[in-house]
Amino acid sequence: MITALLSDGYIWSIIRVSLYVSLTAIALSAVLSLPIALIVGVTEFRGKRLLNAVITTGMGFPSVVVGLLVLFAVSNQGPLGPLNLVFTPEAMILSQIVLAAPVITGISLSAIDSVDGGIRDAAYAMGGTRLDVAVVTIKEAKYGIATGILAGFGRAISEVGSVLIVGGNIVSDGSSYTRTLTTAIQLEARQGQFETALVLGAVLLVLVLSVNAIVIRLGSGGGRSR
Amino acid sequence: MRTQRRSVLRSIGAGMLALTAGCTQTALQTGSTGRKSTEPNTPTDGTIRIATTTSTYDSGIVDALSRAFTDNTGISVQAIAQGTGAALATGRAGDCDVVFVHAPSLEAAFVADGYGIDRCVPMMNDFVIVGPESDPADIGSQRSVSAAFSKIATSETEFISRGDNSGTHIKELELWEHAAIAPSGGWYLEAGQGMGNVLMMAAQRGAYTLTDRGTYLSMGANAPPSLLLSGPVEDGDRSLANPYGAMAVNPDRHEHVRYNFATQYLDFLMSEVGQTLIETYRVNDEPLFVPLADDETGYGSIDE
Repeated sequence: MITALLSDGYIWSIIRVSLYVSLTAIALSAVLSLPIALIVGVTEFRGKRLLNAVITTGMGFPSVVVGLLVLFAVSNQGPLGPLNLVFTPEAMILSQIVLAAPVITGISLSAIDSVDGGIRDAAYAMGGTRLDVAVVTIKEAKYGIATGILAGFGRAISEVGSVLIVGGNIVSDGSSYTRTLTTAIQLEARQGQFETALVLGAVLLVLVLSVNAIVIRLGSGGGRSR
Repeated sequence: MRTQRRSVLRSIGAGMLALTAGCTQTALQTGSTGRKSTEPNTPTDGTIRIATTTSTYDSGIVDALSRAFTDNTGISVQAIAQGTGAALATGRAGDCDVVFVHAPSLEAAFVADGYGIDRCVPMMNDFVIVGPESDPADIGSQRSVSAAFSKIATSETEFISRGDNSGTHIKELELWEHAAIAPSGGWYLEAGQGMGNVLMMAAQRGAYTLTDRGTYLSMGANAPPSLLLSGPVEDGDRSLANPYGAMAVNPDRHEHVRYNFATQYLDFLMSEVGQTLIETYRVNDEPLFVPLADDETGYGSIDE
């Protein structure tokens, strides 16, 4: 059954779309989140706690609500309407960024927060520029940051509510356009095709596991060489 | 101002045509006088987007029709399966080019508000009442839905309603109303889920439910075992007819829609090729749809 499914181009197209959407979303989220986490983490200012609370709330934001808000934004009636994003993979990337960015920001922030202030002071004392200090801080917090990115990836690729709404679960000419593993599982389960749904679920699990393994491998390898 | 008035006139005209005729080729032609003027705005990326309902999609007919359409025209089809309300909302927002649903009363509003034009009724299937083999409310021997529903209500046998404002749910409510029953009580469960899920629930709980025939057949052993009351596909109660309406999104409302592709799609549904495909389509070796292009009995009329 599994080999029959995997020999089918349709399944591969779904895996491709899932990975494309979630990996792109995570890359963009990381680019967006890490500077914020770094700045918030190393500076003290009024309202920092409130900002922390906002970010933490964002980590638990319900994906269907995000889907609805993004749908309003990208619909032809919405502010991003002229970009023609509705029911495209790019709209799904957008909604996954909204979902994953707070997770990455939040977890990285607490990792950066917990880097010993003495290390930063030492870097300054040794004549480091602000950039040097930032690099040192990120190096110290790298496991926390990697955890944040992985958690964000897990949230993005396993989420079904928002991609279903903004992507539309479209298959065109026999291959996936906006159908991801999760929306495919939802469709198969709705139609009572539980075996197929379970196989797709297993594929999803394997994907998440492998990405985690790769990142952990990279992390520990990097640790030894330094 | 002028265009506005024209669009109002056009939608009234299209509505009236749909009321009288379903849509024949002539109705399509007269209904689409604006075709020329919209062509410059029409993207030519060779893709059309169709909002349809989950039950239509799950029956597989949309895929079958779309594949044939793509083979014939080279235009590829992106179908989005949503609830009926969401599919029509997608059309209202101009986020698709064609709406293909089965809820005549909602379609009437969609057309009357000027969002949909060129409505045609290419096919129907029917709703059926399904339930446990033991049939405790004795639905199998009833001739009409009203009789069957009052049997269920008086015996207080469990009935699962979609409860999700879908076309099927709205139909079910109309049928209760027609039977002069206000369903309530512990035996009447509102699931708030899609047809497939509701069929599974009904099978698990040994309950009755109203379903479209297509989803019922495609669910096989996961659905309740017995089809107890049939609609017009098997010469049963006509009030169980489930006509499907297809409409183009009005380019006067949303100038970016691919109206010329939409017209081609509707033409295809009503063409001999499309109608034959509908007639010969099988799920588990059972016929599912009745082509309606040549129908004169008024199925799918939105004259309320």
